[in-house]
Amino acid sequence: MTQVSPDIIDLLAGITPGSSLDSIRAQRPETREQAQQSYLALFRPKAPGDVSLAERQTIASFIAGLHRQPDIYEFYVNPLEESGTDRWLVEVLKAEIGSGQATGPYGDYPEGPLSVENKAGLLYRVSDTNRDVLGEKLSAALEHAHLLVFRPREASPQALQALLDAGWTTDGIVTLSQLVSFVAFQIRVIAGLSLLSAASKRAAA
Amino acid sequence: MTEVAITPGVGNPPVTFTQAEIGWTPWLQPLAEDDLTDRHLRGLVEAARAKSPYFRLLVRDPEVLEARTKTDKDIFYNTRTGLPRAERELAATAASRSNGCIFCASVHARFASHHSNRGDDVQKLLDEGVGADLGERWNAIVAASVALTATPPAFGDEHVARLAAAGLDELEIADVIHGAAFFNWANRLMLSLGEPTPAN
Repeated sequence: MTQVSPDIIDLLAGITPGSSLDSIRAQRPETREQAQQSYLALFRPKAPGDVSLAERQTIASFIAGLHRQPDIYEFYVNPLEESGTDRWLVEVLKAEIGSGQATGPYGDYPEGPLSVENKAGLLYRVSDTNRDVLGEKLSAALEHAHLLVFRPREASPQALQALLDAGWTTDGIVTLSQLVSFVAFQIRVIAGLSLLSAASKRAAA
Repeated sequence: MTEVAITPGVGNPPVTFTQAEIGWTPWLQPLAEDDLTDRHLRGLVEAARAKSPYFRLLVRDPEVLEARTKTDKDIFYNTRTGLPRAERELAATAASRSNGCIFCASVHARFASHHSNRGDDVQKLLDEGVGADLGERWNAIVAASVALTATPPAFGDEHVARLAAAGLDELEIADVIHGAAFFNWANRLMLSLGEPTPAN
């Protein structure tokens, strides 16, 4: 199936051809093009390698849900809902997004002068029942994604070992880390540009 | 066979924000320089990056690394128009300070200092944190970058208005957004795939 993908940031930030933000983005053609290429490399990969397409969509939906961005969540969850391969998956995902809600960044710094800035917060774990539906590999990925979204400064070799123990490979962890981090970037560009676009329209009105 | 994460046991690790030239060591095995194929080299974009264990680890997914590297370079180096380089680096430093990436903050604080000649103000941001008073224009850039770095993002109309009042046009505000957003990508990779090592 070959299908031309629209520019995802334009789509989700509501940037229409000829608008003020369209001309702003047009002044950064390489950024626009390569942000899209990053999306395609992660979600329409030439070869999925050690991370399946369904795993990629599930993890991205989880991240968008944790950022409380309903449009971006819908965008990523849609292919999962449409495929209908596992009708429980989306229900479980919604429940896990609910139990993973927090406000970040938080977490501890390495012991030393910065310890005064330590901030406690949720240490998210997939619930036991939902772990059975998601399986060990995907459950471990959601727990790692939550760590990276909210308390990246608490990342550790032990967190990577937990992924390896759950069946992730080194190559798979690199792709997973890029996916979580890219979606964190994409969400912020969309959130920022949507707001700027709305401000610009108000100023022009 | 299950692979094993590396626990490097770094002695005297950096535990404060600094502009010193600290290093970084990975928790997963990078590819060996001798094993890099043409596809890997294209993923690295610049041949010199083959010397870096960070990029030799990320190049395990060369398609993503190539697009990410090109995104990075355009956001920070394409300064013919828009926000000056120093202030893009300030946005990167503020995001890194907020997320707590000591390594990323060190690199981009040095760039911010170099391009602005305001090393003392940059150091103040590292020492006092994102509430440091750096003058209104820089305060507005730091506040916007920090708000965008929050999860969920707390970037609002008031941040746009404050940046505009500080003299930034739409393109420049978009540059702040991209600089801060990009470091929400970079920080998570640097923090989760390895750790900082002391300056030599």
